[in-house]
Amino acid sequence: MPESTVILDAAAIQRALTRIAHEIAERNEVGAEVVLIGIPQGGVPLSQRLSAILAGIWNQPVPVGTLDVSMHRDDLDQRAAPKVYPTVIPFDVTGKTVVLVDDVLFSGRTTRAAMDALNDFGRPRKIQLAVLIDRGHRELPIKADFVGKNVPTALEEKVSLDLTETGAERDEVVLKKP
Amino acid sequence: MSWNRKHLLDIESLTADEIVTVLDTARAFKAVGERAIKKVPALRGRTVVNLFVEPSTRTRISFELAEQRLSADIINFTAEASSLKKGETLKDTARNLEALNADFIVMRHSASGAPHFLARVLNASVINAGDGAHEHPTQALLDAFTIRERKGKIAGLNVTILGDILYSRVARSDIWALTKLGARVTLCGPSTLVPRTFEQMGCRVVHNMDEAIRDADIINLLRIQHERQRKTMFPSINEYTQLFGLNKARLAKTRPDALIMHPGPINRGVEIDSEIADSARSLILEQVTNGLAVRMAVLFLVNGGKGPQEVTGN
Repeated sequence: MPESTVILDAAAIQRALTRIAHEIAERNEVGAEVVLIGIPQGGVPLSQRLSAILAGIWNQPVPVGTLDVSMHRDDLDQRAAPKVYPTVIPFDVTGKTVVLVDDVLFSGRTTRAAMDALNDFGRPRKIQLAVLIDRGHRELPIKADFVGKNVPTALEEKVSLDLTETGAERDEVVLKKP
Repeated sequence: MSWNRKHLLDIESLTADEIVTVLDTARAFKAVGERAIKKVPALRGRTVVNLFVEPSTRTRISFELAEQRLSADIINFTAEASSLKKGETLKDTARNLEALNADFIVMRHSASGAPHFLARVLNASVINAGDGAHEHPTQALLDAFTIRERKGKIAGLNVTILGDILYSRVARSDIWALTKLGARVTLCGPSTLVPRTFEQMGCRVVHNMDEAIRDADIINLLRIQHERQRKTMFPSINEYTQLFGLNKARLAKTRPDALIMHPGPINRGVEIDSEIADSARSLILEQVTNGLAVRMAVLFLVNGGKGPQEVTGN
């Protein structure tokens, strides 16, 4: 019988995002031209929420985009083809500080693919990484700049994010044991 | 999202869901073609053999560019300059190519079922780039993609396919794809080239051009394939044009939003009036652009396909 534990509820997710937004604002001086890019699927609504909070802090709009990483994955010959999401980056990334936003940081391979994919769109001045959950088990030398919550997990466990934007009844992050 | 096939051999064996997966994936690859950097590393380190035993220009070039944009290594193999001319069997040729560690074989062949045969004897993924008069699956997928992009849907549309249906692999693949996706397909042309037996594929067969195109949302014109006709199927090209050529007078009697497609190469003044081919209602060049995206999507999907593969036909 699989066991599920809610590790973040809706209020905790919102608090985590608010804190991440303040950390982004603190790390990057005003006018640093920060843009947010969400990694599908979970990172996309998170990047939009972060953009709204940051816009309130800075009193200016914070551009947000979506970056598909499936064509840059390193495991394409070892798995069924992943779903490909549209990439929408309605601004030039060159010279900007790009904050990549993902829901769960795990092996780090998605982040690596995202950095490669981003390269095709220009040369950002800096790339930073914001994640809601860091569950450990890195396979690459990658570290998040902004973390909502560190969750120690076993390799076979699953962490999933449900958000109302993607059709869920309520926002929550669930840890599932096999 | 549903795709677990190692090969793309025909449309007949695909589900509507699988076809939609290709179209959705192709949409993302079309966007790649609109970027400054049009290349992605999805097939880096993989080798594709383009085995074109029957002459082809546009399909071969489209596949080649798709493979390059996916960062694959490419070997081009044409019948004119190959050992097939020296008496080697297709199986031996293909095994030799596989011994070079080819991961994909894209094949055009004049014999129906040739790619299905290769899929059974090789470990590589096989993509059918047209086999005899049987199927041309990537053409049907790009046609479906183009229709969906321009009309926003496929289900419920009236699609008329005109011309040499009997000898056309494009027509067969189009019929499978469009009917699976819920379009109503009408076939029209000389009765020798459009026999009533096609009604078994779920199509309407009409031998009067005006009736066939009156309610069409899409008019797909096919070329008369002189190279596939062993005997005269109609009295003259001139008569064919008189009866089945799309000209301005006929077009005026169609729905104003009906769009014109053609898989190419077009014979101006035969099946299509030159001005119509170049008009805003013609999707002919969009089909070429979309073909590239669809072929990238197919290569990307079969790369991950490991599932059991039913091989139909022979």
